[in-house]
Amino acid sequence: MKEVSLKINGRQVTVPAGTSILDASKKVQIKIPTLCYHPDLEAWAACGVCVVKVEGSPKMLRACSTPVEEGMSIITHDTEIIEVRKTVIELILASHPNECLTCPRNQNCELQTIAADFGIRENPFPQRLRNLPEDTSSSGLVLHPEKCIGCGRCAKVCQDLQGVWALEFLGRGDGTRIAPAGDVSLANSPCIQCGQCSAHCPVGAIYEKSECHVVWNALQKSDLYPIVQIAPAVRVAIGESFGFESGSLQTGKLYAALRQLGFKAVFDTNFAADLTIMEEGSEFVKRFTEAPETLPLITSCCPAWVDYLEKFYHDLIPYFSTAKSPQSMLGAMSKTYYAQKLGIDPAKIFMVSIMPCTAKKFEIARSKEMFSSGHKDIDVSLTTRELSRMIKSAGIDFANLPEENVDSILGNYTGAGTIFGATGGVMEAALRTVYTLITKKELGDVNFVDVRGLEGVKEATVDVEGTKVNVAVAHGMIHIASVLDKVRKAIAEGKPSPYHFIEVMACRGGCVGGGGQPYGADDTVRRKRTAGIYTDDERSIKRCSHLNPEIQLLYKEFLEHPLSHKSHELLHTSYTARPEYK
Amino acid sequence: MAYKQYILVCGGTGCESTRSDAVYKGIIKELEAQGVAGDAQVVKTGCFGFCEKGPVVKIIPDETLYVRVSPDDAKEIVAEHVVKGRQVKRLVYGNTESKARVKIDDLDFYQKQVRIVLRNCGVIDPENVNEYIARDGYVALEKALTTMSNDDIINELKISGLRGRGGAGFPTWKKWIFSKDVVSDEKFIVCNADEGDPGAYMDRSTLEGDPHSVLEAMAIAGKVIGAKQGFVYIRAEYPLAIHRLEVAIKQAHELGLLGKNILGTDFSFDIELRLGAGAFVCGEETALLASIEGKRGMPVPRPPFPAVKGLWGKPTVINNVETLANIPLILQKGGAWFAKIGTETSKGTKVFALTGKINNTGLIEVPMGTTLREIIYDIGGGIPHGKKFKAVQTGGPSGGVIKAEYLDTPIDYENLLKLGSIMGSGGMIVMDEDDCMVDVTRFYLEFTVDESCGKCAPCRNGGRQMLNILERITKGQGVEDDFRSMRKIGQAMRRASLCGLGQTAPNPVMSTLTYFEDEYLAHINDKKCPAKKCSHLLAYSILTNKCIGCGACAKKCPVNAISGEKRKPHLIDSKACIKCGECFQVCKFDAVIKS
Repeated sequence: MKEVSLKINGRQVTVPAGTSILDASKKVQIKIPTLCYHPDLEAWAACGVCVVKVEGSPKMLRACSTPVEEGMSIITHDTEIIEVRKTVIELILASHPNECLTCPRNQNCELQTIAADFGIRENPFPQRLRNLPEDTSSSGLVLHPEKCIGCGRCAKVCQDLQGVWALEFLGRGDGTRIAPAGDVSLANSPCIQCGQCSAHCPVGAIYEKSECHVVWNALQKSDLYPIVQIAPAVRVAIGESFGFESGSLQTGKLYAALRQLGFKAVFDTNFAADLTIMEEGSEFVKRFTEAPETLPLITSCCPAWVDYLEKFYHDLIPYFSTAKSPQSMLGAMSKTYYAQKLGIDPAKIFMVSIMPCTAKKFEIARSKEMFSSGHKDIDVSLTTRELSRMIKSAGIDFANLPEENVDSILGNYTGAGTIFGATGGVMEAALRTVYTLITKKELGDVNFVDVRGLEGVKEATVDVEGTKVNVAVAHGMIHIASVLDKVRKAIAEGKPSPYHFIEVMACRGGCVGGGGQPYGADDTVRRKRTAGIYTDDERSIKRCSHLNPEIQLLYKEFLEHPLSHKSHELLHTSYTARPEYK
Repeated sequence: MAYKQYILVCGGTGCESTRSDAVYKGIIKELEAQGVAGDAQVVKTGCFGFCEKGPVVKIIPDETLYVRVSPDDAKEIVAEHVVKGRQVKRLVYGNTESKARVKIDDLDFYQKQVRIVLRNCGVIDPENVNEYIARDGYVALEKALTTMSNDDIINELKISGLRGRGGAGFPTWKKWIFSKDVVSDEKFIVCNADEGDPGAYMDRSTLEGDPHSVLEAMAIAGKVIGAKQGFVYIRAEYPLAIHRLEVAIKQAHELGLLGKNILGTDFSFDIELRLGAGAFVCGEETALLASIEGKRGMPVPRPPFPAVKGLWGKPTVINNVETLANIPLILQKGGAWFAKIGTETSKGTKVFALTGKINNTGLIEVPMGTTLREIIYDIGGGIPHGKKFKAVQTGGPSGGVIKAEYLDTPIDYENLLKLGSIMGSGGMIVMDEDDCMVDVTRFYLEFTVDESCGKCAPCRNGGRQMLNILERITKGQGVEDDFRSMRKIGQAMRRASLCGLGQTAPNPVMSTLTYFEDEYLAHINDKKCPAKKCSHLLAYSILTNKCIGCGACAKKCPVNAISGEKRKPHLIDSKACIKCGECFQVCKFDAVIKS
């Protein structure tokens, strides 16, 4: 790649052509302040905080969006630059309700941080608020446009990374605000509640709808039997809230913390991920061997993806796996199999799920099948961020907790279950079991590395004893279209689908990068969390779902066999075409 | 059969709004009624520029200019001028002042003008391509397609020194060469006709009066950079310009001047219109492109520049209407001819929409380097009612104001910048002693604040904060610290706004702070508006020696603040008065005064 040499604050730097001034400055240990910039997104250049001077340019230029050029001489800070940046921050603060103490982003707010960094003690500009109402219409997210600083990240994420276009700027000038296009409510918009907007918002303008108080109340009621499950991606991210490195495995501490909070049984969604593989894998094998014309099979464990498909690709519903997500399967099992086995009244069981996801809050009531146990299978779904707050408010010293084990009989998991948390993981886990289901043999090497990694769409052909299985894995909703449009085209032309099996996860990187995860995720963080997931897999004694002894026991004692009548009743769901706008 | 006379009726928007269409139809009807339809041809042209006196009718060959013609005058014009060959004296411009001033070229208004861009406006029927062709239209395109190489064309443009007339003054040839040098499967030419400055109608008149000049230039640009498709982005509020463009595109197609294999060559080029919904910011080129793509019109950072990565990511040359309208003539007469006109750095002419407190409101075209004094006094005819000139605002709401002491500055890009203003697209608003500079500044800033797209924080928040300060000052609630605040915000907006709108929005504030600080101080310290414009700072009172006690003011007062017995001097209760000014308007005896 072509390199360019330039000077930053008088120091010589050589960087690849096309590098932004922002990135080039890191080479000389200068971290230019930013507010709207996010490494996931093409620089939108809205805030004006990152301005620098470039010799020969009459204007100050934005470091985030200006590429370096050969021979450039850049000044990243002087009195005037600092003054301009400070004024911009003051102007933003003057139109922001500075209710930091009661804001969901208190102590975790990028505006708060930058105001502190610039030592802003008083604002020369009078406060000018707009009194915009909150939108609390959706199950997973709250939109509070009054706090919006117009950075545009949410809209860019929604449009450019997710391709949903639920959020747009409305109005203009200082009346500009973020809202669903057409000014409908979030619930009536195309929003799929992936929560990426909330994960990218630098302030408290979009956040998860917190239900901690509901859980606290349940934990207090002596007649209830509160139980909990944790999703695969939570264990590699929650540590970030307690000073641990991204990707560090916190499974044992999590189990311990949840018990300290008062849960009577701690289960693991990874167990249910193994169960999902049994059902979905069997579904695939059945279609693949008996009715190849019904392929591709498309995975369905991501609720944001389910919502997206129902809205944008409902013609492909017949290709969608009917298997519920692991969260839902565990909910159903806990209020049937587990309740029966322990002789607990399922009506008394209060099932809480800890998810890296805001859409899971929507999923738990999305259709009548979510009440398959005769009760609400999952009572409350909390995000990783909410759980962190509960642990902190309980005063639990998370960092120093001893590691504990999961509860049986819905807790033990294999490596296949844990990798559900990363893009490609569901596919890889499925392939490990599908191989055995088709060949009746165990795999030597269980690793399918072609489907791993942050490439938007990954394609692979897997050789199952001479039979080729074509798979595709897509993550980040914007990448879905290229895969599904090929399928649509093949169907329209009466040709076989180019893929047999397709995995889709709405968020970039899969659930490790979920919308409910701790703030600050970028590709570096996603990679670390993913590495944690695969470490968990490698350390597992069993790495294929069908080898999980508790799964085997569940089928033996309760479900009989995959795709049994009982499985269909409890572990499968259906889909309906929905309009993008209600 | 040749006509003996040609009757040109101005069909520009200004004259249309004063019923020139009825004049046009009336003359045709009268020609038939009086049996002389074969003697004279009636042509509806584009703007003459002399909007102040519209509707304007010109008769050739004797070059008679009739002004303020009403439809009722049609009969007399035909009966006298066409049938008897006698001028209708009462309609001739200058009749009241000097009987000699009847021919159009003799008018001061036209004498200092050089009409290149407007060469065909007021001359040809813009809805008849043959009239454009008769005036050497499409000769440049023919040259460009048959005898000139792309490098020749760019070289002519380079020699001409033509700079972008949209405001920034970027050399046109450079823009073209950027796009030409990029390898791409698709390229585009975009004509920016999103004219939005208040009071400006240069591009509108050009498109209404001579649409083919722009289409021809776009085709030439397309040939040079290798584009097959052009778009004219034009405001939906310009229905007449849109109509004339549509007619022109259709006619050009019919003659093979647009479309496939233009003039029998292997060059194909098409032009479509894209209508803007009225957002001022869409005149900014990246916002304009977003709008064409069907997105919300918001600027994005440059680089990449549209010339390299524009519409749908493809190289796109965006030129303003006026820039394009120059190009056919440059190729016809040569770059050197063009470069002879103007100043060292700014070549050619500039069209201005001269408005405000000026006698000859209208559209003018002058060589670069003409002084403001020549424009305002020689062409514009000075300030009405013998009032004193105070300032001239150039460059629209993003421009600055220029004081009387700089009236002899020759206008070009650099000089205007030095004075704290800009060329902009060519709005020119004259202000007299009755204009309050604080209030004027507030007006301009209100416009840009309203038109800010809301994307970047300095413009969105800074503009509003600055406007609030100005509003306070005009209400007498200003404090000295406001100077510091306004300069602080102004600096942040200029330095940190993303696009030209935000970067230049503080210009009116900064320039009035520089040139009219005393007016601000009067508002802030003395709570007075020297121009007696800011209603909150006015006090109305009644002069007892002039008031005859007619009671007209008391009747009109909406808050019953005026009392007094009949035939005795009245009194205004200053506490109750809301300063609406009704009493001042209604008093026939100049007894009500503002102070």
